Amino acid sequence: MAIGVTRVRRPASDTSYVRASLRGMALTFRHLIRPQKATLEYPDEKPVLSTRWRGTHRMAVHADGRPKCVACGLCPTICPANCIRLVPGEDDQGNRYPVVYEIDEFRCIFCGMCQEVCPVEAIHVGQDFENAEYSRSRFVYDLDRLMAQDHPVTDLWDPSDPLGQ
Amino acid sequence: MHEVGTLGPTAFIVITAIKVLGAFTIVMLVVAFLTLAERRVSAWIQDRLGPNRVGPQGLLQPIADGLKNFAKEETSPRRASRFFFILAPMMSIGPALVTFAVVPFASPLPTRWGLVDMVVADLPIGILFILALSSLGVYGIVMAGWSSNNKYSFLGGLRASAQMISYEVALGMSLVPLFMLAGNVTLTRIIWTQQEELHWYLVFPLSLSFVLFVISALAETNRLPFDVAEAESELVTGYHTEYSSMKFSMFFIAEYANMLTASALMATLFWGGWDIPIWAGDNMYVVAPGIVQGAAPALWKTLLTFAVFSVKTLFFCFMFIWIRWTVPRFRYDQIMHLGWKVMLPTALAYITLNGTAILTLDSVGLPFGGLYGLILTLVNGLATIAFLTVVDRDRVIGSATRRSAGMPGSLPYGVSATRITAHEATKVGEV
Repeated sequence: MAIGVTRVRRPASDTSYVRASLRGMALTFRHLIRPQKATLEYPDEKPVLSTRWRGTHRMAVHADGRPKCVACGLCPTICPANCIRLVPGEDDQGNRYPVVYEIDEFRCIFCGMCQEVCPVEAIHVGQDFENAEYSRSRFVYDLDRLMAQDHPVTDLWDPSDPLGQ
Repeated sequence: MHEVGTLGPTAFIVITAIKVLGAFTIVMLVVAFLTLAERRVSAWIQDRLGPNRVGPQGLLQPIADGLKNFAKEETSPRRASRFFFILAPMMSIGPALVTFAVVPFASPLPTRWGLVDMVVADLPIGILFILALSSLGVYGIVMAGWSSNNKYSFLGGLRASAQMISYEVALGMSLVPLFMLAGNVTLTRIIWTQQEELHWYLVFPLSLSFVLFVISALAETNRLPFDVAEAESELVTGYHTEYSSMKFSMFFIAEYANMLTASALMATLFWGGWDIPIWAGDNMYVVAPGIVQGAAPALWKTLLTFAVFSVKTLFFCFMFIWIRWTVPRFRYDQIMHLGWKVMLPTALAYITLNGTAILTLDSVGLPFGGLYGLILTLVNGLATIAFLTVVDRDRVIGSATRRSAGMPGSLPYGVSATRITAHEATKVGEV
Protein backbone atom coordinates (compact mmCIF):
# COMPACT_ATOMS: atom_id res chain seq x y z
CA MET A 1 0.00 0.00 0.00
CA ALA A 2 2.99 2.24 0.30
CA ILE A 3 3.62 2.47 -3.41
CA GLY A 4 2.28 5.52 -5.21
CA VAL A 5 -0.33 4.43 -7.67
CA THR A 6 -1.47 6.30 -10.70
CA ARG A 7 -5.13 6.83 -10.25
CA VAL A 8 -6.95 8.35 -13.09
CA ARG A 9 -9.63 10.87 -12.37
CA ARG A 10 -12.00 10.54 -15.24
CA PRO A 11 -15.25 12.35 -15.95
CA ALA A 12 -18.35 10.16 -15.90
CA SER A 13 -18.70 10.48 -19.66
CA ASP A 14 -15.30 8.82 -20.11
CA THR A 15 -15.94 5.93 -17.77
CA SER A 16 -19.08 4.60 -19.39
CA TYR A 17 -19.08 1.07 -20.70
CA VAL A 18 -22.51 0.61 -22.20
CA ARG A 19 -22.72 3.97 -23.93
CA ALA A 20 -19.17 3.71 -25.17
CA SER A 21 -19.80 0.23 -26.52
CA LEU A 22 -22.94 1.37 -28.29
CA ARG A 23 -21.05 4.27 -29.82
CA GLY A 24 -18.39 1.82 -30.92
CA MET A 25 -21.00 -0.44 -32.46
CA ALA A 26 -22.44 2.51 -34.36
CA LEU A 27 -18.98 3.39 -35.61
CA THR A 28 -18.16 -0.10 -36.79
CA PHE A 29 -21.57 -0.33 -38.44
CA ARG A 30 -20.94 2.86 -40.36
CA HIS A 31 -17.70 1.39 -41.63
CA LEU A 32 -19.47 -1.86 -42.42
CA ILE A 33 -22.09 -0.34 -44.67
CA ARG A 34 -19.78 2.23 -46.22
CA PRO A 35 -16.49 0.39 -46.71
CA GLN A 36 -13.70 2.74 -47.58
CA LYS A 37 -11.96 1.34 -50.56
CA ALA A 38 -8.33 1.42 -49.52
CA THR A 39 -7.45 -2.02 -50.81
CA LEU A 40 -6.20 -2.35 -54.36
CA GLU A 41 -7.10 -5.74 -55.80
CA TYR A 42 -3.62 -5.93 -57.20
CA PRO A 43 -3.34 -8.41 -60.03
CA ASP A 44 -6.66 -7.23 -61.46
CA GLU A 45 -6.09 -3.59 -60.66
CA LYS A 46 -2.71 -1.97 -61.19
CA PRO A 47 -1.57 0.95 -59.10
CA VAL A 48 -1.05 4.29 -60.82
CA LEU A 49 2.68 4.89 -60.63
CA SER A 50 4.20 8.32 -60.30
CA THR A 51 6.01 9.52 -63.41
CA ARG A 52 9.08 9.70 -61.20
CA TRP A 53 8.80 6.06 -60.11
CA ARG A 54 12.24 4.42 -60.45
CA GLY A 55 11.87 0.76 -61.30
CA THR A 56 13.18 -1.86 -63.71
CA HIS A 57 15.78 -0.52 -66.18
CA ARG A 58 15.27 -0.01 -69.85
CA MET A 59 17.81 0.65 -72.60
CA ALA A 60 16.79 3.12 -75.27
CA VAL A 61 17.35 2.01 -78.87
CA HIS A 62 18.04 3.75 -82.19
CA ALA A 63 15.54 3.43 -85.04
CA ASP A 64 17.71 0.72 -86.59
CA GLY A 65 17.60 -1.35 -83.42
CA ARG A 66 21.09 -0.61 -82.05
CA PRO A 67 21.32 0.44 -78.41
CA LYS A 68 21.85 4.12 -77.83
CA CYS A 69 24.58 3.31 -75.34
CA VAL A 70 28.07 4.55 -76.35
CA ALA A 71 29.86 2.55 -73.64
CA CYS A 72 31.33 5.65 -72.07
CA GLY A 73 31.51 3.89 -68.71
CA LEU A 74 29.87 6.64 -66.65
CA CYS A 75 27.02 4.52 -65.32
CA PRO A 76 29.15 1.68 -63.87
CA THR A 77 31.38 4.36 -62.37
CA ILE A 78 28.61 6.25 -60.61
CA CYS A 79 26.54 3.23 -59.65
CA PRO A 80 26.61 3.14 -55.82
CA ALA A 81 25.57 -0.48 -55.73
CA ASN A 82 28.08 -1.54 -58.32
CA CYS A 83 25.48 -3.49 -60.22
CA ILE A 84 26.29 -2.53 -63.79
CA ARG A 85 28.83 -4.56 -65.77
CA LEU A 86 30.00 -2.93 -68.99
CA VAL A 87 32.52 -4.26 -71.52
CA PRO A 88 33.05 -1.59 -74.23
CA GLY A 89 33.77 -2.32 -77.84
CA GLU A 90 34.43 -0.33 -81.02
CA ASP A 91 33.20 -1.03 -84.56
CA ASP A 92 34.89 -0.31 -87.97
CA GLN A 93 33.68 3.31 -88.06
CA GLY A 94 35.10 3.96 -84.62
CA ASN A 95 31.69 3.98 -82.88
CA ARG A 96 31.83 2.68 -79.33
CA TYR A 97 29.19 0.23 -78.33
CA PRO A 98 28.63 -2.08 -75.36
CA VAL A 99 29.84 -5.64 -75.97
CA VAL A 100 28.43 -6.68 -72.61
CA TYR A 101 25.97 -4.58 -70.71
CA GLU A 102 24.44 -6.25 -67.67
CA ILE A 103 22.47 -4.86 -64.76
CA ASP A 104 21.93 -6.97 -61.66
CA GLU A 105 18.45 -5.89 -60.59
CA PHE A 106 18.99 -7.64 -57.28
CA ARG A 107 21.93 -5.42 -56.38
CA CYS A 108 20.40 -2.29 -57.83
CA ILE A 109 19.05 0.21 -55.30
CA PHE A 110 17.03 2.08 -57.95
CA CYS A 111 18.63 5.42 -57.21
CA GLY A 112 18.39 6.45 -60.87
CA MET A 113 21.91 7.87 -61.00
CA CYS A 114 22.72 5.84 -64.14
CA GLN A 115 19.94 7.58 -65.98
CA GLU A 116 20.98 10.94 -64.60
CA VAL A 117 24.59 10.52 -65.61
CA CYS A 118 24.03 9.04 -69.07
CA PRO A 119 25.22 11.56 -71.69
CA VAL A 120 23.16 10.04 -74.52
CA GLU A 121 20.00 9.19 -72.58
CA ALA A 122 20.45 5.50 -73.25
CA ILE A 123 19.95 3.76 -69.90
CA HIS A 124 16.78 4.58 -67.96
CA VAL A 125 15.03 3.46 -64.85
CA GLY A 126 11.41 2.72 -65.65
CA GLN A 127 7.90 2.93 -64.25
CA ASP A 128 7.63 -0.77 -63.52
CA PHE A 129 7.94 -2.97 -60.48
CA GLU A 130 6.68 -6.35 -61.67
CA ASN A 131 10.07 -7.97 -62.11
CA ALA A 132 9.71 -11.09 -59.98
CA GLU A 133 11.59 -14.19 -61.17
CA TYR A 134 11.89 -17.81 -60.20
CA SER A 135 15.70 -17.86 -60.02
CA ARG A 136 18.40 -15.46 -58.92
CA SER A 137 20.27 -15.64 -62.21
CA ARG A 138 17.23 -14.32 -64.02
CA PHE A 139 17.63 -11.03 -62.20
CA VAL A 140 20.75 -10.17 -64.15
CA TYR A 141 19.39 -8.39 -67.20
CA ASP A 142 21.58 -8.50 -70.30
CA LEU A 143 21.55 -5.94 -73.08
CA ASP A 144 18.90 -7.66 -75.20
CA ARG A 145 16.58 -7.92 -72.28
CA LEU A 146 17.12 -4.31 -71.31
CA MET A 147 16.36 -3.24 -74.86
CA ALA A 148 13.26 -5.42 -74.97
CA GLN A 149 11.63 -3.68 -71.99
CA ASP A 150 8.66 -1.62 -73.09
CA HIS A 151 7.39 0.08 -69.95
CA PRO A 152 7.49 3.88 -69.78
CA VAL A 153 10.72 5.37 -68.52
CA THR A 154 11.07 7.60 -65.52
CA ASP A 155 11.10 11.39 -65.54
CA LEU A 156 13.82 11.99 -63.04
CA TRP A 157 12.60 15.52 -62.69
CA ASP A 158 9.52 17.40 -63.58
CA PRO A 159 10.08 18.51 -67.22
CA SER A 160 8.27 21.79 -66.60
CA ASP A 161 10.46 22.53 -63.59
CA PRO A 162 13.85 20.94 -64.25
CA LEU A 163 15.65 22.66 -61.40
CA GLY A 164 13.11 21.53 -58.85
CA GLN A 165 12.03 25.05 -57.98
CA MET B 1 -58.77 -26.27 -34.38
CA HIS B 2 -57.60 -28.07 -37.47
CA GLU B 3 -57.36 -31.80 -37.74
CA VAL B 4 -54.57 -32.80 -40.05
CA GLY B 5 -53.98 -36.33 -38.90
CA THR B 6 -50.96 -37.93 -37.29
CA LEU B 7 -48.06 -39.63 -38.93
CA GLY B 8 -47.99 -43.38 -39.04
CA PRO B 9 -45.01 -45.11 -37.42
CA THR B 10 -43.17 -45.70 -40.73
CA ALA B 11 -43.85 -42.19 -41.98
CA PHE B 12 -42.72 -40.84 -38.62
CA ILE B 13 -39.37 -42.61 -38.81
CA VAL B 14 -38.78 -41.65 -42.44
CA ILE B 15 -39.79 -38.03 -41.95
CA THR B 16 -37.75 -37.72 -38.76
CA ALA B 17 -34.72 -39.08 -40.57
CA ILE B 18 -35.27 -36.53 -43.34
CA LYS B 19 -35.64 -33.76 -40.79
CA VAL B 20 -32.45 -34.79 -38.96
CA LEU B 21 -30.55 -34.92 -42.22
CA GLY B 22 -31.99 -31.63 -43.41
CA ALA B 23 -31.40 -29.79 -40.15
CA PHE B 24 -27.87 -31.16 -39.87
CA THR B 25 -27.04 -30.18 -43.43
CA ILE B 26 -28.46 -26.72 -43.06
CA VAL B 27 -26.71 -26.15 -39.74
CA MET B 28 -23.38 -27.28 -41.17
CA LEU B 29 -23.85 -25.12 -44.25
CA VAL B 30 -24.81 -22.08 -42.22
CA VAL B 31 -21.82 -22.70 -39.95
CA ALA B 32 -19.56 -22.84 -42.97
CA PHE B 33 -20.92 -19.61 -44.31
CA LEU B 34 -20.78 -17.99 -40.89
CA THR B 35 -17.02 -18.41 -40.97
CA LEU B 36 -17.03 -16.59 -44.28
CA ALA B 37 -19.42 -13.97 -42.93
CA GLU B 38 -17.16 -13.45 -39.95
CA ARG B 39 -14.17 -12.82 -42.15
CA ARG B 40 -16.02 -10.62 -44.61
CA VAL B 41 -17.83 -8.56 -41.97
CA SER B 42 -14.67 -8.09 -39.95
CA ALA B 43 -12.90 -7.00 -43.11
CA TRP B 44 -15.59 -4.48 -43.98
CA ILE B 45 -15.60 -3.13 -40.46
CA GLN B 46 -11.86 -2.66 -40.70
CA ASP B 47 -12.06 -1.12 -44.20
CA ARG B 48 -10.60 -4.21 -45.83
CA LEU B 49 -12.12 -6.52 -48.41
CA GLY B 50 -11.82 -9.96 -46.86
CA PRO B 51 -11.65 -13.23 -48.79
CA ASN B 52 -13.25 -12.54 -52.16
CA ARG B 53 -11.19 -14.55 -54.60
CA VAL B 54 -12.66 -18.06 -54.33
CA GLY B 55 -15.91 -17.99 -56.23
CA PRO B 56 -18.15 -14.94 -56.56
CA GLN B 57 -17.65 -12.68 -53.55
CA GLY B 58 -15.60 -15.44 -51.94
CA LEU B 59 -18.66 -17.66 -51.52
CA LEU B 60 -16.68 -20.84 -52.14
CA GLN B 61 -14.08 -19.95 -49.52
CA PRO B 62 -15.62 -22.20 -46.80
CA ILE B 63 -15.41 -25.16 -49.17
CA ALA B 64 -11.80 -24.38 -49.94
CA ASP B 65 -11.10 -24.09 -46.21
CA GLY B 66 -12.83 -27.40 -45.55
CA LEU B 67 -10.85 -29.19 -48.24
CA LYS B 68 -7.66 -27.62 -46.96
CA ASN B 69 -8.36 -28.80 -43.44
CA PHE B 70 -9.03 -32.34 -44.61
CA ALA B 71 -5.81 -32.37 -46.57
CA LYS B 72 -3.60 -30.87 -43.91
CA GLU B 73 -1.11 -32.80 -41.89
CA GLU B 74 -2.41 -34.03 -38.59
CA THR B 75 0.00 -33.35 -35.78
CA SER B 76 -0.39 -34.58 -32.27
CA PRO B 77 2.05 -33.55 -29.58
CA ARG B 78 4.20 -36.42 -28.34
CA ARG B 79 3.58 -35.65 -24.68
CA ALA B 80 -0.14 -35.05 -24.99
CA SER B 81 -2.55 -37.42 -23.35
CA ARG B 82 -3.65 -39.17 -26.51
CA PHE B 83 -7.03 -40.47 -25.47
CA PHE B 84 -8.32 -37.18 -24.14
CA PHE B 85 -6.59 -35.26 -26.89
CA ILE B 86 -8.69 -37.12 -29.45
CA LEU B 87 -11.82 -37.15 -27.33
CA ALA B 88 -11.86 -33.38 -26.75
CA PRO B 89 -12.90 -32.24 -30.24
CA MET B 90 -15.68 -34.82 -30.25
CA MET B 91 -16.89 -33.62 -26.88
CA SER B 92 -16.89 -30.12 -28.23
CA ILE B 93 -18.69 -30.68 -31.51
CA GLY B 94 -21.27 -33.22 -30.33
CA PRO B 95 -23.28 -31.03 -27.96
CA ALA B 96 -22.89 -28.06 -30.26
CA LEU B 97 -24.69 -29.89 -33.06
CA VAL B 98 -27.22 -31.77 -30.94
CA THR B 99 -28.64 -28.70 -29.21
CA PHE B 100 -30.19 -27.46 -32.42
CA ALA B 101 -32.53 -30.46 -32.40
CA VAL B 102 -35.12 -28.85 -30.14
CA VAL B 103 -35.31 -25.50 -31.89
CA PRO B 104 -38.49 -25.16 -33.97
CA PHE B 105 -37.58 -23.58 -37.27
CA ALA B 106 -40.94 -23.20 -39.06
CA SER B 107 -44.67 -23.60 -38.61
CA PRO B 108 -46.00 -27.18 -38.78
CA LEU B 109 -46.32 -28.62 -42.27
CA PRO B 110 -49.39 -30.57 -43.38
CA THR B 111 -48.50 -33.50 -45.62
CA ARG B 112 -50.32 -36.42 -47.20
CA TRP B 113 -49.15 -38.60 -44.35
CA GLY B 114 -50.12 -36.22 -41.57
CA LEU B 115 -48.84 -33.19 -39.73
CA VAL B 116 -45.08 -32.70 -39.59
CA ASP B 117 -43.65 -30.56 -36.80
CA MET B 118 -40.90 -28.37 -38.14
CA VAL B 119 -38.60 -29.25 -35.28
CA VAL B 120 -36.31 -32.25 -35.14
CA ALA B 121 -37.45 -33.27 -31.68
CA ASP B 122 -40.19 -31.34 -29.91
CA LEU B 123 -38.98 -32.29 -26.46
CA PRO B 124 -41.24 -31.23 -23.60
CA ILE B 125 -38.10 -30.22 -21.66
CA GLY B 126 -36.96 -27.96 -24.51
CA ILE B 127 -34.67 -25.36 -23.04
CA LEU B 128 -33.52 -27.57 -20.19
CA PHE B 129 -32.17 -29.99 -22.80
CA ILE B 130 -30.23 -27.17 -24.40
CA LEU B 131 -28.88 -25.91 -21.08
CA ALA B 132 -27.85 -29.42 -20.08
CA LEU B 133 -26.10 -30.22 -23.33
CA SER B 134 -24.49 -26.86 -23.91
CA SER B 135 -22.83 -27.12 -20.52
CA LEU B 136 -21.23 -30.35 -21.74
CA GLY B 137 -19.38 -28.28 -24.29
CA VAL B 138 -17.08 -26.93 -21.59
CA TYR B 139 -15.71 -30.44 -21.02
CA GLY B 140 -14.42 -30.51 -24.57
CA ILE B 141 -12.58 -27.25 -24.05
CA VAL B 142 -11.16 -28.14 -20.65
CA MET B 143 -10.11 -31.56 -21.89
CA ALA B 144 -8.46 -30.06 -24.93
CA GLY B 145 -6.60 -27.58 -22.80
CA TRP B 146 -5.48 -30.11 -20.25
CA SER B 147 -4.56 -33.00 -22.48
CA SER B 148 -2.44 -30.91 -24.86
CA ASN B 149 0.36 -30.63 -22.28
CA ASN B 150 1.00 -27.07 -23.31
CA LYS B 151 0.96 -24.12 -20.96
CA TYR B 152 -1.10 -21.93 -23.25
CA SER B 153 -3.67 -24.61 -23.87
CA PHE B 154 -3.80 -25.33 -20.19
CA LEU B 155 -4.39 -21.70 -19.27
CA GLY B 156 -7.03 -21.46 -21.98
CA GLY B 157 -8.84 -24.52 -20.70
CA LEU B 158 -8.63 -23.26 -17.15
CA ARG B 159 -10.02 -19.89 -18.06
CA ALA B 160 -12.76 -21.43 -20.18
CA SER B 161 -13.91 -23.66 -17.37
CA ALA B 162 -14.04 -20.80 -14.86
CA GLN B 163 -15.78 -18.50 -17.29
CA MET B 164 -18.31 -20.94 -18.65
CA ILE B 165 -19.28 -22.21 -15.25
CA SER B 166 -19.70 -18.65 -13.98
CA TYR B 167 -21.87 -17.54 -16.83
CA GLU B 168 -23.87 -20.72 -17.04
CA VAL B 169 -25.40 -19.72 -13.72
CA ALA B 170 -26.37 -16.33 -15.04
CA LEU B 171 -27.61 -17.89 -18.28
CA GLY B 172 -29.93 -20.25 -16.48
CA MET B 173 -31.06 -17.57 -14.06
CA SER B 174 -31.82 -15.12 -16.86
CA LEU B 175 -34.30 -17.64 -18.27
CA VAL B 176 -36.17 -18.24 -15.03
CA PRO B 177 -38.43 -15.18 -15.44
CA LEU B 178 -39.25 -16.47 -18.90
CA PHE B 179 -40.25 -19.84 -17.50
CA MET B 180 -42.37 -18.11 -14.89
CA LEU B 181 -44.13 -15.97 -17.47
CA ALA B 182 -44.59 -18.63 -20.14
CA GLY B 183 -45.24 -21.34 -17.58
CA ASN B 184 -43.45 -23.81 -19.81
CA VAL B 185 -40.06 -24.84 -21.10
CA THR B 186 -41.16 -26.31 -24.42
CA LEU B 187 -39.97 -24.11 -27.22
CA THR B 188 -43.01 -24.60 -29.47
CA ARG B 189 -45.22 -23.70 -26.55
CA ILE B 190 -43.19 -20.57 -25.79
CA ILE B 191 -43.66 -19.46 -29.39
CA TRP B 192 -47.43 -19.97 -29.04
CA THR B 193 -47.38 -17.90 -25.86
CA GLN B 194 -45.77 -15.05 -27.74
CA GLN B 195 -48.09 -15.40 -30.73
CA GLU B 196 -51.50 -15.74 -29.20
CA GLU B 197 -51.54 -15.78 -25.42
CA LEU B 198 -49.51 -12.71 -24.55
CA HIS B 199 -49.45 -10.93 -27.94
CA TRP B 200 -46.00 -9.66 -27.02
CA TYR B 201 -42.62 -10.91 -28.04
CA LEU B 202 -41.03 -11.78 -24.74
CA VAL B 203 -38.14 -9.40 -25.36
CA PHE B 204 -40.47 -6.56 -24.37
CA PRO B 205 -42.02 -7.89 -21.16
CA LEU B 206 -38.69 -9.48 -20.20
CA SER B 207 -36.22 -6.98 -21.58
CA LEU B 208 -33.64 -7.40 -18.83
CA SER B 209 -33.84 -11.15 -19.25
CA PHE B 210 -32.87 -10.68 -22.87
CA VAL B 211 -29.95 -8.41 -21.98
CA LEU B 212 -28.64 -10.88 -19.42
CA PHE B 213 -29.17 -13.77 -21.82
CA VAL B 214 -27.24 -12.06 -24.60
CA ILE B 215 -24.32 -11.26 -22.28
CA SER B 216 -24.23 -14.80 -20.90
CA ALA B 217 -24.58 -16.28 -24.36
CA LEU B 218 -21.56 -14.31 -25.51
CA ALA B 219 -19.64 -15.74 -22.57
CA GLU B 220 -20.96 -19.27 -23.08
CA THR B 221 -19.97 -19.34 -26.73
CA ASN B 222 -16.53 -17.95 -25.85
CA ARG B 223 -16.98 -15.06 -28.19
CA LEU B 224 -15.51 -11.64 -27.70
CA PRO B 225 -15.60 -9.76 -25.36
CA PHE B 226 -15.40 -13.02 -23.42
CA ASP B 227 -12.84 -14.93 -25.46
CA VAL B 228 -10.18 -15.30 -22.78
CA ALA B 229 -10.14 -19.03 -23.49
CA GLU B 230 -8.57 -18.35 -26.88
CA ALA B 231 -7.14 -14.87 -26.33
CA GLU B 232 -4.83 -14.90 -29.35
CA SER B 233 -2.70 -12.06 -28.06
CA GLU B 234 -2.04 -13.81 -24.77
CA LEU B 235 -2.36 -17.55 -25.29
CA VAL B 236 -1.55 -18.14 -28.97
CA THR B 237 -4.99 -19.67 -29.58
CA GLY B 238 -5.66 -20.98 -26.12
CA TYR B 239 -7.14 -24.40 -25.70
CA HIS B 240 -6.80 -25.48 -29.34
CA THR B 241 -3.20 -24.36 -29.82
CA GLU B 242 -1.97 -27.92 -30.33
CA TYR B 243 -4.72 -29.00 -32.71
CA SER B 244 -4.34 -29.13 -36.43
CA SER B 245 -6.30 -30.06 -39.53
CA MET B 246 -9.79 -31.47 -38.98
CA LYS B 247 -9.53 -31.61 -35.19
CA PHE B 248 -8.94 -27.89 -35.15
CA SER B 249 -11.78 -27.53 -37.61
CA MET B 250 -14.08 -29.38 -35.25
CA PHE B 251 -13.47 -26.80 -32.52
CA PHE B 252 -14.12 -24.14 -35.09
CA ILE B 253 -17.37 -25.75 -36.22
CA ALA B 254 -18.39 -26.19 -32.59
CA GLU B 255 -17.85 -22.51 -31.88
CA TYR B 256 -19.96 -21.42 -34.81
CA ALA B 257 -22.62 -24.05 -34.21
CA ASN B 258 -22.89 -22.81 -30.63
CA MET B 259 -23.19 -19.31 -31.92
CA LEU B 260 -25.93 -20.38 -34.33
CA THR B 261 -27.83 -22.22 -31.60
CA ALA B 262 -27.52 -19.27 -29.24
CA SER B 263 -28.83 -16.98 -31.98
CA ALA B 264 -31.69 -19.35 -32.73
CA LEU B 265 -32.51 -19.42 -29.02
CA MET B 266 -32.53 -15.62 -28.78
CA ALA B 267 -34.85 -15.52 -31.77
CA THR B 268 -37.10 -18.27 -30.42
CA LEU B 269 -37.29 -17.34 -26.77
CA PHE B 270 -37.42 -13.58 -27.07
CA TRP B 271 -38.35 -12.66 -30.61
CA GLY B 272 -41.14 -15.09 -31.39
CA GLY B 273 -39.13 -17.71 -33.25
CA TRP B 274 -40.65 -18.43 -36.63
CA ASP B 275 -43.62 -16.17 -35.97
CA ILE B 276 -44.24 -13.46 -38.55
CA PRO B 277 -44.72 -10.19 -36.67
CA ILE B 278 -48.21 -8.60 -36.57
CA TRP B 279 -49.80 -11.02 -39.06
CA ALA B 280 -51.95 -13.57 -37.23
CA GLY B 281 -52.31 -16.00 -40.12
CA ASP B 282 -49.33 -18.03 -38.96
CA ASN B 283 -50.28 -18.34 -35.31
CA MET B 284 -50.59 -22.06 -34.80
CA TYR B 285 -49.75 -24.55 -32.14
CA VAL B 286 -49.82 -28.33 -32.21
CA VAL B 287 -52.01 -29.12 -29.21
CA ALA B 288 -51.91 -32.85 -29.73
CA PRO B 289 -50.36 -34.92 -32.50
CA GLY B 290 -52.11 -33.95 -35.71
CA ILE B 291 -54.33 -31.29 -34.16
CA VAL B 292 -53.46 -27.66 -34.73
CA GLN B 293 -54.83 -24.79 -32.71
CA GLY B 294 -55.07 -21.38 -34.38
CA ALA B 295 -54.60 -20.74 -38.07
CA ALA B 296 -54.63 -23.49 -40.67
CA PRO B 297 -51.18 -24.85 -41.52
CA ALA B 298 -50.03 -24.70 -45.12
CA LEU B 299 -46.89 -25.32 -47.11
CA TRP B 300 -46.43 -21.68 -48.06
CA LYS B 301 -46.83 -20.66 -44.44
CA THR B 302 -44.11 -23.13 -43.48
CA LEU B 303 -41.77 -21.70 -46.06
CA LEU B 304 -42.56 -18.12 -45.09
CA THR B 305 -42.10 -18.75 -41.38
CA PHE B 306 -38.85 -20.56 -42.09
CA ALA B 307 -37.63 -17.48 -43.93
CA VAL B 308 -38.63 -15.27 -41.02
CA PHE B 309 -36.89 -17.58 -38.56
CA SER B 310 -33.74 -17.51 -40.70
CA VAL B 311 -33.78 -13.74 -40.84
CA LYS B 312 -34.13 -13.43 -37.09
CA THR B 313 -31.47 -16.03 -36.36
CA LEU B 314 -29.00 -14.67 -38.87
CA PHE B 315 -29.49 -11.21 -37.49
CA PHE B 316 -28.33 -12.42 -34.10
CA CYS B 317 -25.44 -14.27 -35.71
CA PHE B 318 -24.52 -10.99 -37.32
CA MET B 319 -24.81 -9.33 -33.94
CA PHE B 320 -22.33 -11.83 -32.50
CA ILE B 321 -19.87 -11.00 -35.26
CA TRP B 322 -20.54 -7.30 -34.99
CA ILE B 323 -19.91 -7.30 -31.25
CA ARG B 324 -16.76 -9.35 -31.72
CA TRP B 325 -15.21 -6.79 -34.02
CA THR B 326 -16.22 -3.83 -31.90
CA VAL B 327 -15.68 -4.58 -28.25
CA PRO B 328 -12.24 -5.40 -26.80
CA ARG B 329 -11.63 -8.41 -24.59
CA PHE B 330 -12.36 -8.20 -20.88
CA ARG B 331 -9.62 -8.79 -18.41
CA TYR B 332 -9.98 -12.02 -16.45
CA ASP B 333 -10.84 -10.31 -13.16
CA GLN B 334 -13.41 -8.17 -14.94
CA ILE B 335 -15.07 -11.28 -16.31
CA MET B 336 -15.28 -12.86 -12.90
CA HIS B 337 -16.48 -9.63 -11.36
CA LEU B 338 -19.15 -9.15 -13.98
CA GLY B 339 -20.24 -12.77 -13.75
CA TRP B 340 -20.48 -13.25 -10.03
CA LYS B 341 -20.98 -9.77 -8.64
CA VAL B 342 -23.14 -8.20 -11.32
CA MET B 343 -24.92 -10.77 -13.46
CA LEU B 344 -25.82 -13.26 -10.77
CA PRO B 345 -27.22 -10.82 -8.18
CA THR B 346 -29.03 -8.95 -10.93
CA ALA B 347 -30.55 -12.14 -12.22
CA LEU B 348 -31.64 -13.17 -8.73
CA ALA B 349 -33.12 -9.78 -7.95
CA TYR B 350 -34.77 -9.81 -11.32
CA ILE B 351 -36.37 -13.17 -10.67
CA THR B 352 -37.78 -11.76 -7.45
CA LEU B 353 -39.01 -8.65 -9.21
CA ASN B 354 -40.71 -10.57 -11.96
CA GLY B 355 -42.11 -13.14 -9.59
CA THR B 356 -43.67 -10.33 -7.60
CA ALA B 357 -44.96 -8.59 -10.68
CA ILE B 358 -46.47 -11.74 -12.16
CA LEU B 359 -48.01 -12.76 -8.85
CA THR B 360 -49.46 -9.30 -8.36
CA LEU B 361 -50.94 -9.19 -11.83
CA ASP B 362 -52.42 -12.67 -11.36
CA SER B 363 -53.91 -11.89 -7.98
CA VAL B 364 -55.42 -8.68 -9.30
CA GLY B 365 -57.10 -10.95 -11.82
CA LEU B 366 -55.72 -9.37 -14.96
CA PRO B 367 -56.20 -11.74 -17.91
CA PHE B 368 -53.03 -13.05 -19.54
CA GLY B 369 -52.84 -10.91 -22.65
CA GLY B 370 -51.86 -7.59 -24.17
CA LEU B 371 -52.36 -5.38 -21.10
CA TYR B 372 -50.61 -7.93 -18.90
CA GLY B 373 -47.64 -7.76 -21.22
CA LEU B 374 -47.74 -3.98 -21.34
CA ILE B 375 -47.50 -3.64 -17.56
CA LEU B 376 -44.64 -6.14 -17.44
CA THR B 377 -42.96 -4.26 -20.28
CA LEU B 378 -43.04 -1.04 -18.27
CA VAL B 379 -41.77 -2.70 -15.08
CA ASN B 380 -39.01 -4.53 -16.93
CA GLY B 381 -38.11 -1.52 -18.99
CA LEU B 382 -37.37 0.39 -15.80
CA ALA B 383 -35.32 -2.53 -14.48
CA THR B 384 -33.35 -2.69 -17.74
CA ILE B 385 -32.66 1.03 -17.71
CA ALA B 386 -31.52 0.81 -14.09
CA PHE B 387 -29.26 -2.15 -14.87
CA LEU B 388 -27.70 -0.52 -17.89
CA THR B 389 -27.17 2.72 -15.98
CA VAL B 390 -25.34 0.88 -13.22
CA VAL B 391 -23.24 -1.17 -15.64
CA ASP B 392 -22.48 1.95 -17.62
CA ARG B 393 -20.41 3.43 -14.82
CA ASP B 394 -16.98 1.97 -14.49
CA ARG B 395 -17.77 1.01 -10.94
CA VAL B 396 -18.73 -2.30 -12.45
CA ILE B 397 -16.43 -3.06 -15.36
CA GLY B 398 -13.66 -0.83 -14.20
CA SER B 399 -10.07 -1.21 -13.20
CA ALA B 400 -8.98 -3.34 -10.32
CA THR B 401 -7.39 -0.32 -8.66
CA ARG B 402 -10.47 1.13 -7.15
CA ARG B 403 -11.57 -2.09 -5.60
CA SER B 404 -8.17 -2.58 -4.05
CA ALA B 405 -6.51 0.80 -4.28
CA GLY B 406 -2.78 0.56 -3.89
CA MET B 407 -2.42 -2.72 -5.74
CA PRO B 408 -0.47 -2.53 -8.95
CA GLY B 409 -2.52 -2.87 -12.06
CA SER B 410 -4.26 0.42 -12.55
CA LEU B 411 -4.69 1.39 -16.14
CA PRO B 412 -3.29 4.69 -17.30
CA TYR B 413 -6.02 5.97 -19.53
CA GLY B 414 -6.45 8.88 -21.87
CA VAL B 415 -4.49 12.07 -22.16
CA SER B 416 -6.14 13.74 -19.21
CA ALA B 417 -4.68 11.27 -16.75
CA THR B 418 -3.47 12.98 -13.62
CA ARG B 419 -0.68 11.45 -11.63
CA ILE B 420 -1.49 11.40 -7.97
CA THR B 421 1.31 12.06 -5.57
CA ALA B 422 2.38 9.47 -3.06
CA HIS B 423 0.69 11.47 -0.33
CA GLU B 424 -2.64 11.52 -2.13
CA ALA B 425 -2.28 7.90 -3.11
CA THR B 426 -1.95 6.93 0.52
CA LYS B 427 -5.20 8.69 1.16
CA VAL B 428 -6.78 6.86 -1.72
CA GLY B 429 -5.55 3.65 -0.22
CA GLU B 430 -7.22 4.51 3.03
CA VAL B 431 -10.52 5.24 1.34
